[in-house]
Amino acid sequence: MAYTRQRPSTGESPDELRARIPGWGADLDPADRPSVPKLQLHDVPGVDWDFPERQPEHQPRERSIEHAFLTPVFGTTCPPRGLSGAVRRLAYRRYSEGRAAHWLLLLAADRVDAWENHLRSFATLRPDNPITETGVRSELTRGGWSSRFGRKRADTAHQLLDPVIVAGPWVAVAAAALVAAKRARRR
Amino acid sequence: MRAMVYRGPYKIRVEEKDVPRIEHPNDAVVRVTRAAICGSDLHLYHGMMPDTRVGTTFGHEFVGVVEEVGPSVRTLSPGDRVMVPFNIYCGSCWFCARGLYSNCHNVNPNATAVGAIYGYSHTCGGYDGGQAEFVRVPFADVGPTVVPEWMDDEDAVLLTDALATGYFGAQLGDIVEGDVVVVFGAGPVGLYAAKSAWLMGAGRVIVIDHLEYRLEKARTFAHAETYNFVEHDDIVVHLKRITDHLGADVAIDAAGAEADGSFMQHVTAAKLKLQGGSPIALNWAIDAVRKGGTVSVIGAYGPMFSAVKFGDALNKGLTLRMNQCPVKRQWPRLFEHIRNGYLKPSDIVTHRIPLEHINEAYHIFSAKLDGCIKPLIVPNAA
Repeated sequence: MAYTRQRPSTGESPDELRARIPGWGADLDPADRPSVPKLQLHDVPGVDWDFPERQPEHQPRERSIEHAFLTPVFGTTCPPRGLSGAVRRLAYRRYSEGRAAHWLLLLAADRVDAWENHLRSFATLRPDNPITETGVRSELTRGGWSSRFGRKRADTAHQLLDPVIVAGPWVAVAAAALVAAKRARRR
Repeated sequence: MRAMVYRGPYKIRVEEKDVPRIEHPNDAVVRVTRAAICGSDLHLYHGMMPDTRVGTTFGHEFVGVVEEVGPSVRTLSPGDRVMVPFNIYCGSCWFCARGLYSNCHNVNPNATAVGAIYGYSHTCGGYDGGQAEFVRVPFADVGPTVVPEWMDDEDAVLLTDALATGYFGAQLGDIVEGDVVVVFGAGPVGLYAAKSAWLMGAGRVIVIDHLEYRLEKARTFAHAETYNFVEHDDIVVHLKRITDHLGADVAIDAAGAEADGSFMQHVTAAKLKLQGGSPIALNWAIDAVRKGGTVSVIGAYGPMFSAVKFGDALNKGLTLRMNQCPVKRQWPRLFEHIRNGYLKPSDIVTHRIPLEHINEAYHIFSAKLDGCIKPLIVPNAA
């Protein structure tokens, strides 16, 4: 035990473990483990360039100020736009990854982005549906009650917050719209 | 094409999107035949990962068939059945040349602190992912591999992240013969880490979670000794008691940003997004490992700060090791283990759900309904 120099026994010998567990000890020798040795310079198969050819930049691409230049390859999905895009560009232009402001601005932009897109969706033939998009129907078809209760789970307490997080802002926006409409009618 | 699309926290739907184009000479476009939802996708789904933009398609675990290749691609051809590591990497930067494929410097303009990952926010490069009918695969000569004929798609898709990451986590522990290894989290990665610890010669493997059905899987699939932390007043004290008050030699955090076990930590991180993740499992790992032991972190955390018990780690003289897994580096050895029958990755798959119902798949996985351990997504064109 810990108070003396001997290492505690785990109870089973290597032979017993080998008999009980398929493959026990197959990678006992560190040399057989793929990530050993670390940081050894090698040629990566398939690579015949020293620096990759550059992907065309069809529109200005935001980047971390910790980079020397735009990386030669990058993702092109969902370029920044609207108010959320302005906040994102500010976060990238002004703050390094080491600053909390960088990440907090990006998180704020994510919330703004969601609402910009919810509102934009109401001008389309497929408006956002905050109920079906959560997949909550599976509560009825996949044992919502029986999966949770009587199961000694630690997450059931905070799961009650999920509907508040999802529905709360929608309820608040609907209430604000209702109040605004009533005021407009009174005038 | 049909693709999963993020609409805001907890909300996704399937939309019609343009089929991706070749944007760089070494790109390929792959028709997805199987995708998976990863536990780390839930951090995006819950709105925890900064710069997750509405309209993004998630999915960094997928396999498929090459549909089109760019002009400089030499090793793949249309029709090849390929598995694609979740890391996007160039193979030629300072980091790739030293085997740190997950830390590539040439593929993610948005951040230097993380490489690029398919469908994992703009913080990870702004690439669309594979929970769709088609996906753009950059550096087609570097990352993807033709799936061996003897391997089925479901085993292959689990090699693109979950199995490789679990195995990598055990490696980070530098396990020596007879070590006591404790794994926090009995999700897919934790199950694979526990199983891999035996391959490296562990003498005892203990798995901690609060979901009984997952602990049952840890006993049958990973031959592990299991404890439900809900049943113990203090799981760290319990672990000390069952290890002769020494502690485990190696502790693996396979839970990450949304770990349960402390209401306040979970709410401040996962619900209020005031931390990069709730480091409950990580703090338990630091406290439960023996002095001079090793903590391996493979659970995902966001880029913001988290309330980690760093003083304990210092005072105990711990070695903390962590990284996103450089997936392809693990494959040759894992292929051998699968062929030898030591590992059967698809044994943990519990759900196969059509792409059109992916909103329900996310909810089932997130809320842990229906005994869900690993859900696979089957695109319409598969």
